[in-house]
Amino acid sequence: MTEAAHRPHPRPRDYWAIALVLGVITAAEVTVTYIDALGGAVVPLLLVMAAAKFWLVVAWFMHLRFEEPLYRNLFVIGLIAAPVLFGAVLFTFGVLIGG
Amino acid sequence: MSTITYSDPAEHAGHPPLSHVRKVAMWAFLGSECLFFGSLISTFLLYRNRTGDGPTAADIFDVPFTSISSFILLMSSLTMVLGHYASERKDFRRMRVWLLATALLGMTFLAGQVFEFTEFVEHGLTVTTSPFGSSFFVLTSFHGGHVAIGVIMLLATAFMSFGGKLRPDGGMNIELVALYWHFVDIVWIVIFTVVYLLQV
Repeated sequence: MTEAAHRPHPRPRDYWAIALVLGVITAAEVTVTYIDALGGAVVPLLLVMAAAKFWLVVAWFMHLRFEEPLYRNLFVIGLIAAPVLFGAVLFTFGVLIGG
Repeated sequence: MSTITYSDPAEHAGHPPLSHVRKVAMWAFLGSECLFFGSLISTFLLYRNRTGDGPTAADIFDVPFTSISSFILLMSSLTMVLGHYASERKDFRRMRVWLLATALLGMTFLAGQVFEFTEFVEHGLTVTTSPFGSSFFVLTSFHGGHVAIGVIMLLATAFMSFGGKLRPDGGMNIELVALYWHFVDIVWIVIFTVVYLLQV
């Protein structure tokens, strides 16, 4: 058994708390898009908030924090490969070839 | 002389339990789905400014409406995880309630997507209007298709349980449906940010 598998599993009240946080982040995302004063900070803010929501769902609702490393690795391979592969595609078509 | 019976013949043969194999397959499938949706999202990013004579994202996107849809889908992940928790506790009555609630929220999200698509078509954005329209509709429709498949899986699981056809040790089935459903949710988290919020 791994360290992750030994962590105490969440209970319903934990799930409700996470759902509340997800709702608050979603509201913050929408609010940020309407604040003109933020200027160029909007994009990084939105990306950070989306990453936080993504992690909360994957780690807690999908139980990846508590799973064996094998499951985590299978998912993380796809998760890393996607932006690397398609970042290269976007760079090639968007910059090198010119869209 | 007593005979040992194995519910899973694979365990008897010294292979890993079927539940483990299924779970590995589901995580590998979800990993591959990251690449699938990655290709659709990057295609959208490539064509997002190629609107031709058609409307742009800023012209037609209704962020408050889509935010509510996003919130509904996020909450469906909550009901799903509560259903999974109930199934682990063998509380099948509560499990069925949460599964049906999840399916209902999923169908509400789909209804919102149909309404949104109808609005876009009325404002002149169709799948053939521009590369932006094509990539937008293909991406969001594929996601909607995944949600629809998830709803069917949820309803099938719930009704199998109602009919007593869900084996008492079939908790893994619920877990696999839950993993799929949460994945559909996290894909939407990315689509909502990249396709909607960053384009308006």
